[in-house]
Formats: sequence, C-alpha cells, structure tokens
Amino acid sequence: MKQTISLQVNGDTYQLAVNPWRTLNEVLREDLKLTGTKLGCGTGDCGACTVLVDGKSVSSCLTLAIEVQGKEITTIEGMAPNAEELHPIQESFIQKGAIQCGFCTPGMIMSTAYLLNNNHNPTEQEIRAGLSGNLCRCTGYNKIVDAIQDAAEKLREDK
Amino acid sequence: MSTNFSVVGKSLPRSDARIKAVGAARYCDDIIRPGMLFGKILRSPVAHAKILNIDVSKAKALPGVKSVITADDTLKIRFGNWRLVPESQDELPLATDKVRFIGDEVAAVAAIDKDIAEEALSLIKVDYEELPGAFSVDESMAEGAPVIHEANPNNISLQRKIDYGDLDQGFADSHLILDNEFTVHATSHAYMEPCSCVAEYDHDGRLTIWTSTQTPYFVQCLLAQTLGMRENDIRVIKPFVGGGFGGKMELRKWEFCAAFMARETGRPVKFTLTRSEELTTGRRRHPMKIRSKIGFSKDGIILAKEFTAYLDGGAYNSMGPTAAFLCGNFGGMLYRHPNYRYNGYHVYTNKPPAGAMRGFGAPQALFVAETQMNMAAQELGMDPLDIRLKNAMVTGDEIPGVAKISSCGFKESLLKVAEMTNWREKRKNLKKGQGIGIGCYSFISGGVFNWFNTRYNFTRAEVRAFDDGTVHLLTMASDIGQGCDTVLRQILAEELGLEVKDIRLTAADTAVTPQADLGTWGSRVTLMAGNAVRKAAAEIKEQLFKVVSMKFDLNVIHDMACKDGRIYAKNRPDRGIDFGEAVRLAQRANRGDPIIGYGSYTPRNKGLVTPAFSFGAQVAEVEVDLETGAIEVKEMNTAHDCGTPINPMSVEGQLEGSVHMGLGYALSEQFIMKGGKTLTSTFLDYKIPCAEDMPPGKSVHIDTYEPEGPFGAKEAGEGLVSPTAPAIADAVCHATGYRCMDLPITPEKVLKGLGKL
Repeated sequence: MKQTISLQVNGDTYQLAVNPWRTLNEVLREDLKLTGTKLGCGTGDCGACTVLVDGKSVSSCLTLAIEVQGKEITTIEGMAPNAEELHPIQESFIQKGAIQCGFCTPGMIMSTAYLLNNNHNPTEQEIRAGLSGNLCRCTGYNKIVDAIQDAAEKLREDK
Repeated sequence: MSTNFSVVGKSLPRSDARIKAVGAARYCDDIIRPGMLFGKILRSPVAHAKILNIDVSKAKALPGVKSVITADDTLKIRFGNWRLVPESQDELPLATDKVRFIGDEVAAVAAIDKDIAEEALSLIKVDYEELPGAFSVDESMAEGAPVIHEANPNNISLQRKIDYGDLDQGFADSHLILDNEFTVHATSHAYMEPCSCVAEYDHDGRLTIWTSTQTPYFVQCLLAQTLGMRENDIRVIKPFVGGGFGGKMELRKWEFCAAFMARETGRPVKFTLTRSEELTTGRRRHPMKIRSKIGFSKDGIILAKEFTAYLDGGAYNSMGPTAAFLCGNFGGMLYRHPNYRYNGYHVYTNKPPAGAMRGFGAPQALFVAETQMNMAAQELGMDPLDIRLKNAMVTGDEIPGVAKISSCGFKESLLKVAEMTNWREKRKNLKKGQGIGIGCYSFISGGVFNWFNTRYNFTRAEVRAFDDGTVHLLTMASDIGQGCDTVLRQILAEELGLEVKDIRLTAADTAVTPQADLGTWGSRVTLMAGNAVRKAAAEIKEQLFKVVSMKFDLNVIHDMACKDGRIYAKNRPDRGIDFGEAVRLAQRANRGDPIIGYGSYTPRNKGLVTPAFSFGAQVAEVEVDLETGAIEVKEMNTAHDCGTPINPMSVEGQLEGSVHMGLGYALSEQFIMKGGKTLTSTFLDYKIPCAEDMPPGKSVHIDTYEPEGPFGAKEAGEGLVSPTAPAIADAVCHATGYRCMDLPITPEKVLKGLGKL
C-alpha cells in the first residue's frame, strides 16, 4: 500500500505516494529523477549514494524514504548555488584532478560536505577517516584528499 | 621535451570534470525513456548441469510481464571477441542445453517495473540434471575430468606459444637455475558503476542501445551477429561510464536480452546489474598457475627462461586468448632473455569466466617474473637492483620475431626509484619486521593484433573546422573515466594551435562517429586515437595553409605555423590570419563545402605485440607485525617511463589508482570460493582498499620520447598495476624471510611461512 509523503529535497517540497519499502535512493533517482545520486552497491558499503539528511551524511540506499519526511535532504544537485557558480568543494575536486570516472564523485562530495561542516581544519588522517565509507576505484584517493584540503582552506578563508 | 608545447604536457582539469562534479553526468542507469521496461536475468544456481526443461508459463502469465525469453527464442548464434578464430566463440546469448557456472544466464524477463520483473524470475522453473564440476586447472586437467565444452574434451580451449633462441643450450650454460611454481588469484574490476544498458527499437528497423561499455564497436558488431541484424541497423551509444578496467569490453548477455526484448516488445528495455551480480558472476582477473624456470650465469646474466602458465579461464574463453598471449609476452619482457620459451594453456573450469582486467595477463606474469628475479638476486648474493640493471632492456633492443623496443626508460627508472627511496642504505640497515622491496613492469600501448577481425582501421578521427575559430572532433574512442576525451582534445588543440575550450567533442556513438575504433583496452587510446587525431588535424592545416599562403602570396620556401589561434608564415608571423578567418577563406575557396580532416591509425610492421612499450620500477616499504602477520605498507614510490605525458595530472591520477588496485591485488582482494560458488558477494567481504589503506608515496616521470606516439606519448596507468604485488612481496620477504609465491599475501600465510601457525 502506497503512503503519501512529503519530502524536502534541495529546498523544494515534493508530495509523493511511495511504497513503504522504497529507499530514499530509489525515490530520488526514479520518482524525482535526481539521478546525480548514484547506486554503487545497495548495501551501504561504497558510499556512492551518500546524501545529507539534516546535515548528516547517510547512505540513501539504506534509508527508507518514509523515514526522512520533514527532514532537509541535500543531494549533489543541491550543492552548487546556481548554474554558473560551484560549491568550493566541487571547484576543488575539478581543479585537483579528484575526478576520473566520476561515479563515486557525488557521494564523495557529499561526505566531504559533512566532514568539513563538522571539522573546518581536518588533518590528512581525519580526511582519510572521513572518507572511509566511500570507495573509489580510479584515483587511489590521493587527489581526493588534496581536493578536500584545498576546499577546507577555501572555506576557512570565506568565513 | 614538453616545454615547446602550448597544451600538451599541461595538467589541465578533465574536460568532463565539471559535469561530473555537479551530478549532471548521465551514466547508463540514469537514462529514463518513455514506456521503459525493466529487465532481469535468471542465472544458473548450479555450477555444471544439463538443462532438461524450462517452464516460463507462470512468469509470462504474471500481470505486468511483457517478455520472457530463453535460448529457444533466440537464433542461438555463438559469439565472442575473437572473431578471427571462430571456434573460440564459445558463448551463446542464453544458456542452451547446459549451464557451466553459477550465474550462467538462462532466461530473461522484462516487466513494467523492477518488482514485477523480480517476481517473474521466481516463477520460472528450470529442471537441471547436475553434472560433476571442475573448479581449478588441476581438477579440469585431471584424467576423467568432467568435460565443460564438448569441443574441448581435455578442457584446454587453446594454447599460446612463444619460442626463440636455444633454450637447452641456455640452461646447459647456466650457473644457477631456479625452477618454481607460483599461483595467483582472481580479483574483481570492481568498477564503481554496475553494468547497465537501455535498448530501444524505433519501428523503422533500427535498434539503439546505450550501454556501459569500453567497446561500442564490438557491441554493435556482435549484437548484429547474434540478433541476425545488419550492423548499420544497430546504433551503440556510450554514455558516461563509471570505470571499466577491462570488465566492459565484450558483448554481454544483458545487452543482447535488452536489444532482443526491445525489438520484440517495441518498448525500451533497461537492465542494470546489482553489485552482488557483478561480484559473484561478473568477469574477473585470471587466476593462474605458473611454472617458471630461469637460468643465470655466475655474474647474474639471464641465459634461459622457460615460462609455463595455466590460466583458470572459468566457463568461457572471454578474453582469455589475449591474456594467455600477453602473459607469455610479459614473462619475457623487461630483461634481455636470449633464449625464451613460453607455453600458455587456457583451461575451462566451472567458475565465472575470467576476462580482460587491467594489465591483461601482465600482473600475473610479472608477479612471478619479478619475484623470481628477487629470489635469484638472493641466491647469487646480489642486490636486486643490480641484477636488474645488468639485464635491463634498453632502447633499440629486439625480441626476436616479437617486438622492437622503440623507447625505453627502464634503467633510468631503476636508478631513480633507488635514489628516491635511499634503496641501498635501507636494503642493508632495516630492523627486523621492516622491509623494502622492488618490482618492475613493462606494458603495451595498445595491441597490434586484430583478433576482432575488423575491416576498418583500428581507429579513425574526423575534425570539422568552423569559421568561428572552433573545431569539432568526432571519434569512437571511449572515455570510461581514464580521460581520453580530455587528452584527445589536448592533442588536437596543440596540433591546431587552439585552446581546449575551442574543441567540441562527440565520441563513441557508432551512428555518428567515424568507423571504427576498437575501444578502450590495452592502453591503446592515447597512442592510436591520438595519432589519428593528429593526422586529421594535419589535413585541416594543409587546407588552411593553402589559403593563407595564397592570401599573402607567400614564397614557396615559407614554412607555415598554426599557433595561438593564428595561421601564419613561421618566419614572418605578421603574414597570417586568425584560425576562423582562414577557415572562412578556405570554405569560400571550396565553394561552400566545409573544412573537414580525416585521420586513421593502424599499427603496421610493429611486430606481434604493440607499437610501444612503457617501463617502470616501484619500491615498497612495509612493516610486518611478527606476532600477527599483519602487513602495513608504509610507502610506495615509483619511477616510470610513459613517454611524453600529455596531461601529467591525469597520468599521476591513474598511477595512484594503479597503486590502489595493485595494493588490493597484493593484500586484501580475493574471491572466496566454495566449489563454483563465490561467497564474497558484497564490498564488505570483497575488500578493495579505502582511503586510509593507501600508503604515501611519490611518482617520478622519466622523460623519454616515443617516436611512434603522438608528441612522444605512450602507455600510462595500466602497466603500473603489475609491480605493486611483487614489490610488496619482496618487502615482506626482506622484513620476515617469508617469500610469498601464492597471492594474495595474507597474515595467515606470513605466520605459516614463519612457522608460527
């Protein structure tokens, strides 16, 4: 039996009828067509599906859509302020070569957003620990770590 | 070398980085088409069985199910990438009469949603008569082993040989002979994007398929073959692809099913695999049993080598024939082997098929070859660095009848990595439990072989120039995350004196981009597609030079230049015009026809392997806990020769990715099998290294110029997956005395090796 829910995603409110077993990942990708959030494993191991729920990073593949009603959901599509301007984390990922195939990138960026919101000046070790839930097969992570250090610095300067 | 270039050699951000950073890059599973159906595959739950009967009636009757197919619905045409050898094409679109591994595709359904498709699968009833299975090369080659394919009663599907020199004499002259057996294991590509495809039939007889592939042209040809259609009636489009590493370079069964069912139902059909399907039934790197016998003179010169590999190919040939050849090639690379013999046997087992995977036979061969070099150094009382320097290949060396080394920075790589790591000092003075070890590699810059039997050139580029000062590059070369869209733009921009932003690119759409390109594998794209792009650019330049020469009435002795957005006489830069203006004039002279250039590349007279080899050396430093056997890689340093790096940041990124994959191969990644069943079905069990596992390290590029490559470039980023495992194994041996000869190196093996278990 479908349930009517209201989801707040990237500042917009959506009224939806969904089956209670539908994951947030399915609803974002299939109902809302917000396909920037990826599905890499479906078991919460790879982090490609990471989104922010009330500012906290979660695996959207392990979160039921009906659980997150009334909470503020941010996906990769909600990171850039507008079409011209990028979020500093996105800018750093581009400039530092942190993106290869790009499939892990949305999840990486969302995990980074959570990390840097809670730690403005993380050490390399803290960054690596912060990424422990996100797998990447292309980069060896080093350029992602560089990008996060770069973004952290920019964000500190902005404050 | 690269200082004279404007765009080549610059660490530009990838041209597709922005679209990926904002989440707007559409990968295959992101594609939604009106009226789309969702497909699912029914796979065999048993490793080896006859199919007695398949009953799909209940599945077909389920409301919402639009199509259910089994082999009997299809033309039952065999396929495989090795079209040159038709008897090697051992796969059918769906299992016919028999299943040969757990996961073998038996039937497919398409329904209006995923849940119904899933339910329909559970309603298909298959009666199997189970047969005994064989799960290792030893079991498959044993007397009385179950026969997996009737055409190969001994389960050996093919044999590859390389043979030169006088082996017997070489061994007879040897002072030291080592004769060892090694085993290497299977690993997963573990690309982050699970395979997906969407097929659509346009009711005018044309089928379009978007698919997560490295090789759109292969998919086009093999779909035509298996569907009984004409190649030109099939359009394959590669959207953004989330990594491949060799795992997406064949026609896959779900691609066939999607296409077949789209044609049958008239509705688009999507298949997307789950991670568990990928890990338990997907292609993997060949496990091998390798015997290597090598003879040295007293002072450490290699005199003879006999290398014999048994590839555990799983249930089908897949890319095994190529891996079997390259394994033998790399068993005899890096060093001068005056007398060498290789025999490679591709053996069927009742396991998921092994296929191409980053390194393509080289990681296995080089783990063995490099470990044995380290063992020989130990026996001869030599530094592992010195024994390598003594035998190292150099530019101009020839492997008789096989290849010529046109550029080689191997010795320089060895010396550089030794200097970077303070090798000689550390090798002598480390504490117990600490170790430093070395491993080296060579790799191909694309293959010269035409096993796909293409009638086209290996790659082709088309460049269209516009009077607004921009150009459009069309190529079937496939960016799967390695960055060729950026690199090819850089090559074209350099050649035409434009900026990367002036270059539009359309790639990997078989209906639009020029015929043909063999795809992304074997590190072929930069060299081959890069050369084609340069030739196409040369045709454009020729046309523009003519009109500029005419406009300024230039003396014929003038050389022309194409730089900084202008076309001009080299020694009289004032005599020239903007690129766009030159295009406008040339088009006028053409009476309105557009300015187009074409270029092709096919390696010819380049031996049996590749137009160019890359080289490199890597040093691992480890710390081993002697109580638990736990291995920590403290540092990983590399010096490598990839010719001219077109985009150094991109090269570096791929090298770091290679270390990641090599580290997993050495230490943490393995399929745990129970007979034919893969137990490691999630990333929780199949452990690829995460950010915290990565050791620090530097990589230094050795400057060489490859005459066959565009601007001197050759392979980068694939070969480097090979040296990591032998380097770590050597470091572990240096730290503990335990010499690993069967990958992966686990704490348990270390403790057993030390007699503590």
